[in-house]
This record gives sequence, structure tokens and C-alpha cells, in this order.
Amino acid sequence: MLFQNILIYFVLIPLIMLGGVALSRNIKQIRAVAVIGSTALIALSVYLIYQWLNPTPEAAELAAAHDGMYHYASWKWFSAQGLNINLTVGVDGVSIAMLLLSSIILFTGSFASWTIQQPKAFFLWLILLSTGVFGFFITIDLFTMFMFYEVALIPMYLLIGVWGSGKKNYSAMKLTLMLMGGSAFLMLGLIGIYYHSSADGHYTWNLLEIAGNNSISTGWQYFLFPMTFVGFGVLGAMFPFHTWSPDGHASAPTAVSMLHAGVLMKLGGYGCFRVAMYLMPQAANDLAWIFLILTGISVVYGAFSACVQTDLKYINAYSSVSHCGLVLFAILMINTTAMTGAIMQMLSHGLMTALFFALIGMIYGRTHTRDITKMGGMMKIMPYLAVGYVIAGMASLGLPGLSGFVAEMTIFVGSFQQGMTDYLAGGGSLRLVFTVIACCSIVITAVYILRVVGKLLFGPVQDKHHLELTDATWWERLSTATLIICVAAIGCFPNFFENLIRDTFDPEIFRAIAMNF
Amino acid sequence: MEINALYYLIPSLIMFACGVYGFITRRNMIAMLISLELMLNSVDMNFVVFNRFLFPGQMEGMFFTLFAIAIAAAETALAIAIVVNVYRANNDIDVRDICKMKF
Amino acid sequence: MATSAILILAIPLLMFLFLGLTGKYMPHRYAGILGTLGMGITLILAYTVAFQYFFSGNPEFIDADGNRLQHIVFNYEWLNFYDNLSIHLGFLLDPISAMMLVVITTISFMVHLYSNGYMRDHHGVWETGFQRFYAFLSLFSFSMLGLVVATNIFQMYIFWELVGASSYLLIGFYYTKPSAVSASKKAFIVTRFADLGFLIGILVLSFYTGFFDFTALTSVPVDGLADTYSVSAGTAEGIRSIFENSAAPMFMGASVLTWALVLIFMGGMGKSAMMPLHIWLPDAMEGPTPVSALIHAATMVVAGVYLVARLFPLYLMETAALDIITVVGALTALYAAMVACTQIDIKRVLAFSTISQIAFMMVSLGVTRIDHSTALGHEVHEGLGYMASMFHLFTHAMFKALLFLGAGALIHAIGSNDYTAMHGLRKYMPVTHITFLVGCLAIAGIIPFAGFFSKDEILTACFGHSAVWAIWMALVAGLTAFYMFRLYFLIFWWKEHKIHEGHHAPHDQPWTMTLPLVILAVVSVIAGFVPFGSLVTWNGHPITGDGFLANLQNLNWGVAAMSLAIAVIAIIIATVMYKKENTIPEKMRAALPNLWRWCHHRFYWDELYQFITHRIIFGLVCRPIAWFDRHIIDGTMDALADVTNKTSCAIRGFQSGNVHMYVWIYLIGAVLLGAVTMICVL
Repeated sequence: MLFQNILIYFVLIPLIMLGGVALSRNIKQIRAVAVIGSTALIALSVYLIYQWLNPTPEAAELAAAHDGMYHYASWKWFSAQGLNINLTVGVDGVSIAMLLLSSIILFTGSFASWTIQQPKAFFLWLILLSTGVFGFFITIDLFTMFMFYEVALIPMYLLIGVWGSGKKNYSAMKLTLMLMGGSAFLMLGLIGIYYHSSADGHYTWNLLEIAGNNSISTGWQYFLFPMTFVGFGVLGAMFPFHTWSPDGHASAPTAVSMLHAGVLMKLGGYGCFRVAMYLMPQAANDLAWIFLILTGISVVYGAFSACVQTDLKYINAYSSVSHCGLVLFAILMINTTAMTGAIMQMLSHGLMTALFFALIGMIYGRTHTRDITKMGGMMKIMPYLAVGYVIAGMASLGLPGLSGFVAEMTIFVGSFQQGMTDYLAGGGSLRLVFTVIACCSIVITAVYILRVVGKLLFGPVQDKHHLELTDATWWERLSTATLIICVAAIGCFPNFFENLIRDTFDPEIFRAIAMNF
Repeated sequence: MEINALYYLIPSLIMFACGVYGFITRRNMIAMLISLELMLNSVDMNFVVFNRFLFPGQMEGMFFTLFAIAIAAAETALAIAIVVNVYRANNDIDVRDICKMKF
Repeated sequence: MATSAILILAIPLLMFLFLGLTGKYMPHRYAGILGTLGMGITLILAYTVAFQYFFSGNPEFIDADGNRLQHIVFNYEWLNFYDNLSIHLGFLLDPISAMMLVVITTISFMVHLYSNGYMRDHHGVWETGFQRFYAFLSLFSFSMLGLVVATNIFQMYIFWELVGASSYLLIGFYYTKPSAVSASKKAFIVTRFADLGFLIGILVLSFYTGFFDFTALTSVPVDGLADTYSVSAGTAEGIRSIFENSAAPMFMGASVLTWALVLIFMGGMGKSAMMPLHIWLPDAMEGPTPVSALIHAATMVVAGVYLVARLFPLYLMETAALDIITVVGALTALYAAMVACTQIDIKRVLAFSTISQIAFMMVSLGVTRIDHSTALGHEVHEGLGYMASMFHLFTHAMFKALLFLGAGALIHAIGSNDYTAMHGLRKYMPVTHITFLVGCLAIAGIIPFAGFFSKDEILTACFGHSAVWAIWMALVAGLTAFYMFRLYFLIFWWKEHKIHEGHHAPHDQPWTMTLPLVILAVVSVIAGFVPFGSLVTWNGHPITGDGFLANLQNLNWGVAAMSLAIAVIAIIIATVMYKKENTIPEKMRAALPNLWRWCHHRFYWDELYQFITHRIIFGLVCRPIAWFDRHIIDGTMDALADVTNKTSCAIRGFQSGNVHMYVWIYLIGAVLLGAVTMICVL
């Protein structure tokens, strides 16, 4: 029964990979396990998309009975004292997209850490982390969701503390503590939700049931919504809880930066709409303005900060603050188009930032500096990596044909639509004003991206020693090329991905949206 | 003269007080361990006595004592092992010198 | 038709991907040949499509009354936002897009051909990155073609960004040169800033109307024919009434539609280098000269004009927006012409000349009104300004590309951009000399060269609207003739060319470079006779006959005589001042030192922008924000950690590791607890 559900394999495969890595005798075997396992995960998510596109009648029926969640299944895990903790799984388009993203980034991350020190321990922690990520995306039970969330966070401490660079102890501690602080809020929020999950005393952790019962009173929503939103928002780098991100990313090893910025920060955005907004529609509508201001600030604030950084990873971390700010910003528009755009932005930002961090790691591995004032003319020295960097930059500043453009445009069109609707209906011009402010980020993004590209890649070679450096190796090429292809695929065929996502934000399922009209 | 519970409890109390005194005043870890055993034994004795006088028909107190003796044996073994290791590391078993694990 | 339409876009795109991915492993020569060949095929296809559109008489392209129609060849949904608001990628064929197809493919092909010669030095050694150059040229051609055939405003925006990016890549082609890198950065960021306005304009327009499609905004469907539309002022009127009837028709004193159109025009100002967003174009001359000819003279920079023309029925409804266009255009035209008179770098002169000429097109669009008017006693047709603008776009593309390619030949021969290094080259480079002269005559507006007709019609249209602007523009036309001939004389006459020891005499370039010059020169001579009035008008309704001499017959001779007189006088002044080495220019400069200095420094616009970006944006916004983040936000977090840390330090003394102390504490605690219990019990 358990193994008939395809989703459970998203957790099983990483667990098997853990075993495989533990049993491996040398780095080759470890690499083989990582590559085979992550390929299997990619295959599994592609198969999931295929099934989603061509559902069998039974599957479609099952999904229709569960708010559009495919492969729904629930197993009792711990029910003493009426705790009703189940392992409940189910995916919709958004989760499928996130699963695909995670598996691709795990795949490319494995290649990016091809020559890591102490590979066994590194891969063990890395795969444990991805177990948490995959588990988080497949479950729709608040308790197990939170459990997987924690599983994904803790290994980060060791990965940064042991394999990091620079002031790694400080960064690892800061990152873990800030995220744990978020978790504390989150746990309070989740427990609060649990004790209001049902009017008749049969409490449940199941997301769909809680949403169906709709029994959280407005007053409690006002208390629990900020708890959960901030809890997840810390991971989504929401201003002013973003400061773990620059330090954490700067110290993390390449693959960890990729996985963290690429996938883990998406856990924040995903949780924000899946838990906070989905379960507490009333509070989401009433309190959105507070967080709109915060995330709106994130968008331009991150971009402006990125303009004057000199460390490549800091630039990228601040850019992530700006882009992830846009994700939360769009989610708070509570509008189908904008929210679809938010998920597109998650996908796009995940791939693009992973690409950025991969390239930065590869460049850093060669030059041993990340200070852009000490580098220059990399296009001459390592053309492959430089071209990849330009492509990542172009995706980041929203060049059509790459993923950033479609995501940003969907967000802007949706936000503007919502802003104008609010404004014309006499609902204030906050959304409209912040949409225009967020639009300004496309210019600022161009400024800092082109600044880096101009300083790092173009111009004369700054350091004569750099002339002896070599271009990318085959595994580095494979890693970056995969990401570039994915970025271009989303940018060229956006309708496919948007259709995958849009159903989740059907006003009939997502009550917050219905309330907002 | 009937032998009542006090005949047993007073020596047990003295034993316990000796144990406490020894534990506080001795610096030698072995001596402290012996003091600890004294306290443990006095408690064991109390169990037996109370069982005998208060609940004559039941055996819980006896069993508990037997259990505690077994635990005490294991604990002593462990403690001795620690002491031996500490001695190897420090050439000394003065308890004041073992503060490497503080903070 | 659909096949050739797809191929017109697909061939350059595939060529870009192919050359971009495999170019490195390919000999230089083959990359050049392949790129040129691909563009050649595109050229043939585009010509076929344009020819079919204009002359086949197909009912999808022209109706029974001789009105030209808009036909959507294909239209695929690319991205759906909500309801029926989606971005389509399609191919819209109408007079202006067909005309642009011809312009783009012609100039692009010439540039592809020319670059085979230009991108190698005198010893035949190819430039580094030659294949990359061709890949980027193909990318640009693809983007520009996609832009002009856009069926909806968002498709236009997409390709608008893509041309911006290809322009960035091509300006920064010599990426080891810091000046090229900063020029490319500047070009991208300035146009990006303008695109922000464009984007918001699109958002406003699409929110109110619910459409991106041009056909839905400006045209009505033609009965009985699928995908065929006829431009109609009525539709634009309807769009305006949507705005007027909405809940918020006004915003800050102007109608929302005006705002939307002005914001969209802002995008056009960026790409078309209108003041105050013109600062990137002169710097863009850091790119290879063929690129300047293709992108920064003939095609990309007229995208702004094309954008306004594309939405023209809407602009006609909002004369406030048209007035803004007129003012911006007229100021830019004068400014650029004045600056062009004082520049030393020949490419900069041409760049400012381009800005000025594009401003002519803008003004021409800006003065177009539906009502009838007269110019110097003759009636002016209602749509003349629009037609004149497109006509000037067409002729300007030809002769400006010619001038740039000529300048490229000179730079290639001399190795410098300054005219001070040239002088007296007429004997050494006869072909370049003659073709450059043709270009100068064309831009000065001497009959029968192409520029004469188009500029004359622009002036006529201006007279029809307002005599003030007409005289203003006529003066700018005179300045144009002056600075072009100043340039011509300084390059080819002034004094004999000095040949330094050990250097070869400069000579004409290989055939790959001279052939495009000759072809473009021929085109510049005859382009004026293309009967634009019957081919390209704002609503498809022809305003003149279609004979070869139609343009001559329809001249407003009063205006023509005036503009011709001004041009000739200006050329005479230039001849007196610059033909032979003399001191008149020096004296002029001494007589008007401030004017000369301001013009020479381009009225200090760059310094102003430098100040705003570096001092204000970076100095007063970015750095304080970064500081705030590191010290205040992050400082708060660190302070929290510090407080925790300090507290634990303060209480850690209890964990002394001293067993006796623990026991004492335990004992005292136990006793106290016992005492408390006793007290409570008692």
C-alpha cells in the first residue's frame, strides 16, 4: 500500500542514496550514487509531470476529491492522545514544479561538488538535506511538513560550518539560529492552527481538511497568520529577516549555496502560500498590506544593496533577497496571475541562482578570490564560464527567452491588475504603488548585473596570475549546461509551466483569492 | 525488648550522614565513590525496613533493593572505569583537578 | 506565405544558435560566408513577402478601394496571463512592417557582407571573435525582424528587450576595451530605464483595454477574411472611450490614456535616443562600425518611431501625447544638430546626425492631425506627416547606413576615428569619396537624392500644423546640411593627406566593403522616387498616385524651394569654411566660445547623468542602504546574539565543574526546600 504511491519514492530514493553513500568505499562510488540517485529523482518528477498531463480516470477522480491534489494518500503515524499525526502526501502543479526544480538542482549540485573534500560526509549531509526538501514538498500534513522542514534546515549548519569558507563558523551559526528562530514562530503557528483545525474537537494536521473545515476564527487568524508567514518568510529572505542570506551564502560551499538559494529559500515561499495564505484566507486578505510593504521594500532594497557590493556571492545573495522578495510580494497580491508568476519566479530564481552560485564557485575555485575589484577579463581566460555567467546575468535581469522575463512579467501583469482593481474599487493604491516600485527593480537589476559582468568578465585582465587558469572541466560544463538549458526552456515555453501551476490558484480552491475579488 | 523500625533506621541515618560527610569532604574520587555507596546502601536498607514493617505481605521494597544493588554495582563499575581513565589522563584522582568539562 | 514568414524569423535565429555554439570550431571565413548566406536567404524571403504584400493585389492585403490591410500571417499563443490577455508570437503584415522587413534585411545583408572585409586587418588577419560577431549580428537581425512583425505590444516589448541585449553585446564586442564595456553598459541601462516606462505604459493600456493586440487596439476585422484587419480611427476612438468611461479617467491632471501613451513613448525615447535619454547613442559608437551602421543608424534606433507609428491611431486620439512627441522631437533635433557641428570623431558626428534625423521622424509623427490644413497656400493631406515620417525612416536608413559604412571604410584605412587624422583623402579613396558625397547630398536634402523628398514632406507636414515648428525644423535641416558638409570637407579636402614614413597610402577597401557602399549609394539616389504615398499611410488609404514620378508631382514646391535654398546656402557656408585650410573656423570658435564649448561637450548631459548616477544613486541611495543593512539590520541580529551570549557568560560560573560545589548547592537547596515544605505543612 505504502509503496504503491509514487510520491513516497521521493523520500525513499534519497534514503537509499544515503545508504549507498554510507556504504561507498571511494569517491567514485559516492559520485555514482549521487548522480544515479538524482537522475532517478529527475526521472520520477518528469514521470509525475507526464502523469499530471495524462491522468488516468481514477487518478483524476482521486484528485478532484482532494482539491486537485494528485496521488493523495494518508497513513496513520501517531494517533495517541488524539494527536492524529499522519503521513499525508499529495501533489498539485506547484509541488510538481518544485520537485522537478529540487531534483534538477540536486543533480547539478552533485556535479558541482565533484571534487569536494571528505566527500562521504558531505554527500551524506547534502542528501539528508534534500530528503527534507523532497519530503516537505510532497506532504500536506502540517506535522510531517514541519518535520521535513527541520530535516532540511539542520544539515545546513554542518555543511557550511565544515565545508565553508571565510568566516564560516559565524555564518553557519547565524544562518541556523535565524532560521531556527523562524521555526519557533512557525511551530507556534502550526500548533495554533492544529488546535483550531476543527470546530468539533476532532483536530487534524491535514491541510486539506483544515481548509475544508474553515474553522479558525478571524481573531485567531490575525494571530496565527503573522506567525506562520514570518516563520516561513525568514527562510524566504523577507526584509528585515534576510541578513542570514548574504553571510550564509558567502560562506557556503558551492553545492550548498546552490541547493540553499535554489531550493531551500523556495521552501519559505511555498510554505507561505501553502500554509499561511491557504489556511487563513481572511487574515491573508486583511493583513497582506503589512507584508506587502515589507516585501516591496525587500525587492528594491536588495537590489540597491547589491549595487555596491564587491564580493560576488554577496551580490548574488542580495540579488536573491530582491528576487525572493518578489516571490512573496506576488503571493501577497492574492491574485491568480500574480501568484502563478510567483511560482514561476521561484522556479526561475531557483535555476538561475543555482547557476550563478555554481559559476561563482567554479570561478572562486580557480582565482581564490571573489572580490570583483581584483578580477577582470575572465571572458578571455575562461570563456565557457564567462558565457555562462553572462547568460545567468541576462536571465536575472529579465531577458526574454530566459526564465526571468516570463516570471517577472507574469508577476507585474498580475500585480498591476490587482493594484488597479483595488484602486478603482476604492481599496487604496498601496498595491498599485508597490507594483510600480517593484517594476523599478528591473532597472536596478540591470545596473548591478551589468556592473559585475563588466568588471568581472570584460575589460583587461587584472591579475597576471589569472592568465594561467583553465576553463571549465567536463563535470562543470555538464552542471552549468543543464541549468542553462532549463532556464532557457522555461523562458521559451512558459505556457507549459504556467498551466502546470495555475490550477492551484483557482479561486474555488484558494479561498483567499475568491475573497479578494 | 521488641525490635522496632527505629533500630534499623537510626544506623541507616548515621550511615547516610557519613556518606554525605564523606562525599563533601573527601577529594579523592575513590573515597567519594565509597561515600556514595554508603548513601546508596543506607537507602537500600530503608527500603527493606519500610517494606518489612509497613507492608509485610508485599515484596516491592525487597525487589527494589535488589534492583538498586544491581544498578549500584553497574554504576560503581562505570565510575571506577572513569576514575581509572581520569588517572591515566591526569596522574591524579583529586576531584578538584577534573574541571576540564566545565562551561 | 506562412512558411516564408516563419523562415524569415527562423533563419537568423538558427544562424545565431549555430554560429554561437559551433563558431569556435569553425574557420573564420566559413562563419562569415555562412552568416552572409543566411542573411541573403532571409533578404530574398523578406523581399518576396514585401513584394507580395504591396503588389500582388491579394484581397488579404488590399481591399477593393485600394486600402492596404493588416494581415496576421500566423499567431501562436506563447504565454497566457488571465482571461484572454495573452502574449502571442506572430507575424503581422501591414505597410509599415513590410517596409521595415525590406529596410532591415537590406541593411543587415549589406552589413553582413561588409563585415567580411571590415573585420580583418590589412594583412587579412581576422578579428578575434569574428564568428561571435556574426552570431550576434544574426541575433540582432532576428530580434529586429521579430520586433517589426509583432502582432501585439508585448511581443514588441519582448523583441524590444532582445534588440537591446544584442545591441549591448555588439557595442561591447571589443570587450577588453574598458570604454566599450562602459558604453555597452550605459546603452543597456539607459534604454532599460526607458523600457520601464514602456512596460508600465503597456500595463496601463492592457489593464484598461484587456488586449495586447495591435489589431484589437487600432483596427477592425475585414468581413469574410480571416486574420485580416483594416486600420480604423473608430477602434481607437472606442479605446479612448473605454478610458474615459472607466472609474478613474484622469491621473494627475492628464487623462490616463495620455499617460499610457506618453509612457509607451518613453520607451521609444530610450531606443530612439530622444533627449534626455539620448546619451547612450554617441557612446555606442565604441562598437564596430558595421554595427553602428546596422543598429545605431538604420534599424534599432528607429524602433521608437516605429512604435509610435504602430500605435498611431491611438496617438491621434490623444493630441496631448502628440504634442509632447513634437516638442521632444524638435528640441532633440536642434540639440543634436548643434552638437554635431562641433564633434571631432566622425562617428560621433554621424551619431548626433542620426539622433537629429530620428527627431525629424518623431516631429513628423507629432504634427500629424486628422483635420485638414494648408501649407503655404497648398492643401496638406491629413496623413502626410505619418507618411513622411515612414518615408524618412526608409530613406534615412539607406543613406545613413551608407555614411556609416563609408566612415567604417575610412576608419579601417586610417586606423583612427578623428577627422584630424584624415584630411584630403579624396584622391586615395575615390569610391568611398563619391559614395560618401552621395550620402551627404542625400541627408542635406538636395534634389533628386532620397533625403530631399522625405525631408520636404516632413517640412510640409510641419507647415500644415504650425509655422513655428516648420521654420524651426527647416533651420535644423539647414544645420544638417552644414555639419554633414563640414564633415565631408574635413575628411576629403581641407589639406593634402600626409603619409607618414613607413605607412602605406590609404586606399579603397576590398570589394566586400565597396560593393555595399555602391549599392547603398545607388539606393540613396533612387529611393526618393519610391511612391510612399501610395504604399505606406497611417490607415492604408493611399494619398498619392503610384507612379515613379508621383513624389515629384505631389511636391509642395513652395516648401521644396525653401528647404532647397536653405540646404544650398548651408552647403555654401560649409564650403567656404572647410574646403581649404583656413582660419575661419578658429575665428568662429573664438567669437562664440561659450556656445562652442557647450556644443562640444554636448551640453554637459553626460556629466549631469554621471552626477546623478554616481553621486546621487550610488552615493546617496545604494551605499547608505548597504551600510544600513550591514550595521543596523544585521547589527540588530548580532546584538540579539550578543545579549544571549553575554547573559550565558554571566551565569556560567555556576557550571564550575567542581563537584563539591555542586553537592553543597544541592544540599543547601534540599535543606531549604525541606524547610519550605515544613513551613507550608505546619
